[in-house]
Amino acid sequence: MPPRIAQIRLVSSHPQVYEPCDDSYALVDALLADRTKLLEHHPTICMEVGCGSGYVITSLALILGSEARNAYYFATDVNPYAATVTRETLEAHGVHAELVTTNIASGLEKRLSGLVDVMVVNPPYVPTPDEEVGSLGLSSAWAGGENGRNVIDKILPVADNLLSDKGWLYMLFLAENDPLQICLQMRDKGYGAKIVVQRSTEEETLHVIKFWRDPDIQMEGNEANLTPKTAPQRGLEFLLSHISRLSFRERQ
Amino acid sequence: MRLLTHNMLSSNIKGVINGFPLLIQAERVVEKQVDFNPDFLKNMFSKIDWKALADASKTMGYDELPDEVPDPSVLDSQEFLQKFHHALLELHLEEGALVCPETGRRFPVNKGIPNMLLHEDEV
Repeated sequence: MPPRIAQIRLVSSHPQVYEPCDDSYALVDALLADRTKLLEHHPTICMEVGCGSGYVITSLALILGSEARNAYYFATDVNPYAATVTRETLEAHGVHAELVTTNIASGLEKRLSGLVDVMVVNPPYVPTPDEEVGSLGLSSAWAGGENGRNVIDKILPVADNLLSDKGWLYMLFLAENDPLQICLQMRDKGYGAKIVVQRSTEEETLHVIKFWRDPDIQMEGNEANLTPKTAPQRGLEFLLSHISRLSFRERQ
Repeated sequence: MRLLTHNMLSSNIKGVINGFPLLIQAERVVEKQVDFNPDFLKNMFSKIDWKALADASKTMGYDELPDEVPDPSVLDSQEFLQKFHHALLELHLEEGALVCPETGRRFPVNKGIPNMLLHEDEV
């Protein structure tokens, strides 16, 4: 039997809450693609930032299911309606996550620091004027400011603080967000990166990128330019060439 | 909201130094049965602030946890694990508030969801 994901007919809704769309499906596809690895990862604390309708966190809980016996789920959203809708979606599927209405992970950052094994984020990535960022309503689900990076750039340091030593971050980006630059920035903090899902529609090109702490990368930082290229570095080069190939193809 | 979540929340108001633990004002507490999983409890034991959990469970009407941090050897006791399990996962604050220990600011809890959003002058 294939692993279950959230069913659209059971996903609750509210006029002020973003409904599952292509981006949500791409993120769940990435989690499905990594299911075996996620189970072998034996996560305890799993967390979604910006849970919206609850489609993704519900799917994660279903994908890992009873095989991930020790998994415990948190989900946050800045929109109070989203937290309520997520609760309804979770209940409709018979799974549980603890919900907090908050900005990114504010209030959880001190005590959850270094404890999150799996973090999932579908950020507000749409390029908009900066003034449109920061509402508590529907537009908080998509308004991303200049290059769509305004909120993304706030989430990344929070993720760095929350992730455990073995922590994985799955995050969705639009090509306009410059995921290549984000990967380089994360690399400076010691993270490896890999595209798990790439999806192009007429309107947008989406990448789901997985980040993990890579001790080899930090070591390279200390021994700058002296060591021969190690596997993770080649991995990054592959990723970068992959992304630039994709953007090249988009220009055709 | 389970008490495990309460144990992971602290006051996020700008300038607050001692924002943990948040005091619980309980208006409605519900109990929901959760599958008993000793591995999970043993895993979480070291991550939990014991005093915050013991005090919180008392506020929620459950007085079975020891006040002092138990020796990790208690994790071999089924009886202890059952109590820990109940306090950590089965007691839900459904309606009420969490109160910042330093400023007295109330964070409402509705439908089991704490609202930690700050006003502009608190960020």
